[in-house]
Amino acid sequence: MKARVHVMLKNGVLDPQGEAVRHALGALGFDKVEGVRQGKVIDLDLTAGATEADVTEMCEKLLANTVIESYSIEMK
Amino acid sequence: MKAAVVVFPGSNCDRDLAVAFEQAGFDVSMVWHKDSVLPEGIDIVGVPGGFSYGDYLRCGAIAAQSPICRAVVEHADRGGYAMGVCNGFQILTETGVLPGALLRNAGLKYICRTVDLQVATEQSVFTQGYAKGDVIGIPIAHHDGNYFADASTLAALKDQDRIAFTYADNPNGSVDDIAGILSENRRVLGMMPHPERAADEGLGGTDGTAVFRALAGIVAAA
Repeated sequence: MKARVHVMLKNGVLDPQGEAVRHALGALGFDKVEGVRQGKVIDLDLTAGATEADVTEMCEKLLANTVIESYSIEMK
Repeated sequence: MKAAVVVFPGSNCDRDLAVAFEQAGFDVSMVWHKDSVLPEGIDIVGVPGGFSYGDYLRCGAIAAQSPICRAVVEHADRGGYAMGVCNGFQILTETGVLPGALLRNAGLKYICRTVDLQVATEQSVFTQGYAKGDVIGIPIAHHDGNYFADASTLAALKDQDRIAFTYADNPNGSVDDIAGILSENRRVLGMMPHPERAADEGLGGTDGTAVFRALAGIVAAA
């Protein structure tokens, strides 16, 4: 059982790293990029029987800081 | 008067903070992150700067879940005094004791220099040694000091006079130039600048000593 958690800064929260990547892409001549947001991917190996509710609790308690970050969960 | 300073793997301002408390007259105990209780009868707990747990996941995120932090939260919930400096501020926001969060500096660079702070309120045990509007020189040393809070939290901080210090010249993108804030009961301070690094004439000035002296005065009088 596996889960993949995506953690992103919420919309409206400045992402200076994403901005720096956008600038760098522009400097390389990639002129079709309007914005970049950078986040994290966290892969979890879970024991059998683990549920999405378990992973949600992990996100709320530790994996994401919901003051500034949103998360999404893919169960595999 | 008793103070405790929490030590995490990666803390690097723990001894500086302990010395600042000692110079103000506190007996200081160092408390390891795996301890689950604070020493009996402490008046204040200090959460020091550094890079607890290597800043893994998010600054302060892992430390906030450590056994000692549960004790720190209980201490604060009981109305105890606490202060978090730099990484300690990040940890206190991660525990929820203080609102908001610290983001990567807007300029993306780690900044290590002395900056001017404005004292935004003198209505707290930590800031009553200053006058509102005083400008003090206090070192900063952080990569993630860009204070963020949503609009309603900011409004509450302002309405309740809970902004302790602001930057005279915002170095990191913090919303409303916020450098330090107080809890709702005004007994917990979190700030990115390091008053303990400005508490000795030989080491970067003494503009930070008033924080520790004022606190000692209140605790001694209690």
